[in-house]
Amino acid sequence: MTGDYFALLRLLAPEAIVALTALIVLGVDLMRGGRQTLPSRMSAAAWITVIGCALSFFCPAPTGAGLALASGVFTSNPLIQLAKQIILLLTAATAVISISGRFTNHAGEYFSLLLFSTLGMLFLVSADNLLIVFLALELTSLCLYVLTAFDKRSVASAEAALKYFLFGGVSAAFLLFGFSLIYGVTGEIQLTAIAGSLQQSNGQDSLIMVALVMVVIGFGFKVAIAPFHLWAPDAYQGAPTPCAAFIASGSKVASFFILARLAFAALAPSAGNGEWARFTPGWMPVLALCAALSMILGNVAAIAQSSVKRLLAYSAIAHAGYMILGVIAGGYAGKPAQAITPLLFYVSTYALTTLATFGVVMVVESDQGNDRLESFGGLRSRSPLLALCMLIFLLSLAGIPPLAGFFGKFYLFTAILGAAPNDLGLLWLVIIAIAASAVSFYYYLQILKQIYVVDSPAGSSNLKVPVTVTTMAVLSAVAILLLGCVPNILIDRFEAAVRLAGF
Amino acid sequence: MIAWTIYISFLGMAVLMCLPRENARAARWVAMAAALGGLVLSIGGFLAHKPGAEITTVAKLPWIPSLGIEYHLASDGISIVLVLLTGLAAVTGILFSWNIEHRAKEFFAFYLALIGGVYGVFLSFDLFLLFVFYEIAIVPKYFLIAIWGSTRREYGAMKLALYSFVGSAMVLIGLIAAFTVAGGKTMNLIELAKFPFPASFQNWAFPLVFVGFAILAGLWPFHTWAPTGHVAAPTAASMLLAGVVMKLGAYGALRVAMTLFPLGLAAWRHEIALLAVIGIVYGATVALVQRDFKFVIGYSSVSHMGFVLLGMMTLSQIGLSGAVLQMFSHGIIAGLLFAVVGRMVYDRAHTRELSELQVMNLSKALPFASVTFVIASVASMGLPGFSGFVAELQVLIGAWQTFPALAILAGCGIIIGVAYTLRVILKAFFAEADTPPVEPGHPLDPITTPERIGAVLLIGTTLLVGLYPRILLDLIVPSLETPLMQTMWKGGAQ
Repeated sequence: MTGDYFALLRLLAPEAIVALTALIVLGVDLMRGGRQTLPSRMSAAAWITVIGCALSFFCPAPTGAGLALASGVFTSNPLIQLAKQIILLLTAATAVISISGRFTNHAGEYFSLLLFSTLGMLFLVSADNLLIVFLALELTSLCLYVLTAFDKRSVASAEAALKYFLFGGVSAAFLLFGFSLIYGVTGEIQLTAIAGSLQQSNGQDSLIMVALVMVVIGFGFKVAIAPFHLWAPDAYQGAPTPCAAFIASGSKVASFFILARLAFAALAPSAGNGEWARFTPGWMPVLALCAALSMILGNVAAIAQSSVKRLLAYSAIAHAGYMILGVIAGGYAGKPAQAITPLLFYVSTYALTTLATFGVVMVVESDQGNDRLESFGGLRSRSPLLALCMLIFLLSLAGIPPLAGFFGKFYLFTAILGAAPNDLGLLWLVIIAIAASAVSFYYYLQILKQIYVVDSPAGSSNLKVPVTVTTMAVLSAVAILLLGCVPNILIDRFEAAVRLAGF
Repeated sequence: MIAWTIYISFLGMAVLMCLPRENARAARWVAMAAALGGLVLSIGGFLAHKPGAEITTVAKLPWIPSLGIEYHLASDGISIVLVLLTGLAAVTGILFSWNIEHRAKEFFAFYLALIGGVYGVFLSFDLFLLFVFYEIAIVPKYFLIAIWGSTRREYGAMKLALYSFVGSAMVLIGLIAAFTVAGGKTMNLIELAKFPFPASFQNWAFPLVFVGFAILAGLWPFHTWAPTGHVAAPTAASMLLAGVVMKLGAYGALRVAMTLFPLGLAAWRHEIALLAVIGIVYGATVALVQRDFKFVIGYSSVSHMGFVLLGMMTLSQIGLSGAVLQMFSHGIIAGLLFAVVGRMVYDRAHTRELSELQVMNLSKALPFASVTFVIASVASMGLPGFSGFVAELQVLIGAWQTFPALAILAGCGIIIGVAYTLRVILKAFFAEADTPPVEPGHPLDPITTPERIGAVLLIGTTLLVGLYPRILLDLIVPSLETPLMQTMWKGGAQ
């Protein structure tokens, strides 16, 4: 493929558009920003971001089973394409809810950093090579650290960013160490080649086990699963709300996608066994323990929170635990295709729900000055529409039908149980997951109780809700309801993409 | 046709959500229209139903093909009877909440969502669909109680919601496991019931799913949500809770747990029958010493639901048909009792303490309420001529054949039932006035027309079923022989 720049450009078009948009946003704000007020600068930059994401979204997808560049540095197939579209959608939604945020004077820089982190995510999902995985992950993370610190007037924001950065830096070191061990053992950095090499040694090399643990630790930090979750509550609480929303949504989708690819494509021979009382070394038992711990710890700790953003952070930890179940389900021989659809369905509906929830939280927070539970008191009389949307979001997170969150859970749990159906070896994970989600109902109800049961404090007027947030919230609520009632519209697309991608 | 009971309820909910704020009158009438529509449709379904051992498919469409999930609504005699009960409870519940002014629109929206979910459960023959409707019915209960309730409403609402959710979590584990063991191809209840699940699997799956459902039916010792929930709930919600929601649990236990896992049923039925009888006796004994009028009725519900569970465990035709009849009968009678306590008495006297009611001389102040309550209580005691008698007699006969000792204990429960009912009638309405009756600080409002209509409707139903039980039994008995129930008889009866 050397010299075929046209092919290169065609394959990289979505990324190129996003990178260009980031520069345009920066440039436009630099040239015109001085003469305009902050709100108009924010909305100008946001809409440019949305247009850029839309262009990239509709960029014609490469056809066929998949294309690879420069011996697998960068690949693309319909499934990757779909993952990219989801990430772009989440970026656009984040940009839209950011419009009404008043946490910074640097509109251009904010949106260009948002786009650069999106760029990192796009590269991440199409990486086919350990080096690119690492580079893309760091591009994303560095942008997210800065975004977390973006509220310069807030001490909490700076503290959160520092914590996030320090934990993130350590996790990057673990990841790199793990990757170099994998390279040392197999002599390969390309994902499928690693699998081929591991296959020959049966995947049970002791060095590989060390490497696997390192990789799990590295990714564990990135997706915030227990016991590597400590940064998450502070980062979610301290970061400007739209940034927290983006960390919880876009970066989750990208990280889980690449984690699943890494696990299924490269490390499948060293999966081990995660069935109860039949553990054998590999990444599966390690992930299974992390998942169990996340589900229990996340849900139990969320009960004690009085800050809604912190509560959502713990709920994110719990949800990351559920998502790990999808990765484990794919670890069984011949099953990745059956596990990837439930996993992606769950991750993307969760990302949408949590993003929209953060949007509502942002409105309440800017009105009340804090995000404590009591600030939501009587929201239903102050803004009935937003209250209804919040009802749908939180019930979906709790897994109540007929919302997307319920079907996502059901689909994921049948997938993991079906991965080892003969004697239900993975039932222990399903039991923990369902029991934990029964616990989660309690704290979601605590928020809903404030919204619907408690009366609004005396003298409070109607809530001023920016029209952008209302639109976003209503659209998300409709989507969540629709995906819960007719999940096929998304599942079919995923399944078709998985088939075409030849997973 | 009968599927429209579900749609009309959700439609009513949607219309209510679009109404302008705080128009209680319009909200009431919209809700009434939807509930009446549901009742008419269910009576239509009842009349159109041909007794027989078939399951009539109402709708069967592929829904989520990759998991073999179908949108499968169907009906047999048992579901028709319970749909009819739901229709009656829905209409009378609205009649007894005619005085709701505070956030009426939301009240009736949650109310109809609950009703729609209940109809859905009774008509679903796909496990996934059934579970979806089952959970839809849980959430509105929380809000109905927490917003419009009385005594310790937030506590009662949360307790009820968490018990329900824990129960449904247990059910969900069992369902997913059963789905996987059966090959992960279908969620169709009839198909799954044919699958021979291994005995070792049934031995843990049956108690899990059965108890998960039975928590909602007030199975002792998981009944504690019921009295607090009933007491905290507003009148219409306690009528629905006792009237239909507790039946959801019993129905799920019968329809899902007992048909899917007959071997597990055979292994566990003695233990569960024992729990049911403890519930009967315990509920009645505790009701005997309550000071709060509504707690008496709350505990009596636990006691009466024990008969449903006992009847199911007898695994005889007479016991099972008695259990289903008792579901219907208790739904009507408990609804009536809660209506008297919550609406007729509490909304006027503003107290439910028996010691305070004692001095008010309510039989003079509210003659209609006291007459209604006396009729409802004799029906509840199991006096011949009312539906409760036929149902509990059948259950006892069934139990006598299988567990004679337990039948005797359950019979004692009935006697204690007579005692607490007489005590509460005496205390609340016909207290011996040692001192001249204390006039309440304000005159009691007269009983309104909607209340009278509702009371007459419920009394009429329990009398009709009591005098001519075949009107329901002709539907119930053949339905015990449907293909779905066959496995249960084959696997469990020996």
